Amino acid sequence: MTEDSIEVKNEYDIISARGFGRGIASRLGFGVVDQCRITTAISELARNAVVHGKGGTVTIKTIQNEKKGIEIICKDDGPGIEDIELALKGGYSTVGGLGIGLSGTRRLMDEFHITSGPGKGTTVTIRKWLN
Amino acid sequence: MDIPILKIEDFLIISFQNELSDHDLEELRENVLEHIKKTNAKGLVIDITALGIVDSFMARTLSSISDMAALLGTKTVIVGIQPAVALTLVELGLRIKWKLLTALNLEKGINLLRKSIESEKEIAHD
Repeated sequence: MTEDSIEVKNEYDIISARGFGRGIASRLGFGVVDQCRITTAISELARNAVVHGKGGTVTIKTIQNEKKGIEIICKDDGPGIEDIELALKGGYSTVGGLGIGLSGTRRLMDEFHITSGPGKGTTVTIRKWLN
Repeated sequence: MDIPILKIEDFLIISFQNELSDHDLEELRENVLEHIKKTNAKGLVIDITALGIVDSFMARTLSSISDMAALLGTKTVIVGIQPAVALTLVELGLRIKWKLLTALNLEKGINLLRKSIESEKEIAHD
């Protein structure tokens, strides 16, 4: 298992995080479509962290047990999300499209976990398995 | 980054060559509208062949460029969407009412624009 983190403070870091994730996904053996799903998911989460969380970190881990896959953790120390259920419903948005980003990300990945609360920041963990 | 906007006949053509930042996209939106006004272009082609991903922000911006261009009387066609990008965009489940045209490549995109503009002329003459 390898682990690497990248800070996301501005919109250019979002591009770096995408490239970083795509490289790892490609080396792990994910196909073009899954690379696209993973990269898009990273982009959505990193943008949430930059726009809503005032910046954060994206950590990417490779999982090489019996099951191989990729894990991405996006953490920010922003104001947090008051109503996670509502945020995951889709249409919900405070600054242009947070809801779509979160609910869409969940659909693109195999696993999706979120912890957030007012004043606690937001941590989203997503996984994609190699079949 | 300055994204070049080319003009051929009545059409403006934009071809993305690199990954774009949010700021690049917003700047482009303003530049395109200025160009449409200046050149009186009838059609706008946006070539995204080189984009490996289109996330929700990019999709919304592309959609808004086409909506704004439509208000100025210009039709937009997006060309070169990669299959993986199309698949991911649908899975993302964006609530966008796409009002733009799409085509597989630049040549087909320009043909589509020509036909679409021609057919409108015929309707107008009837």
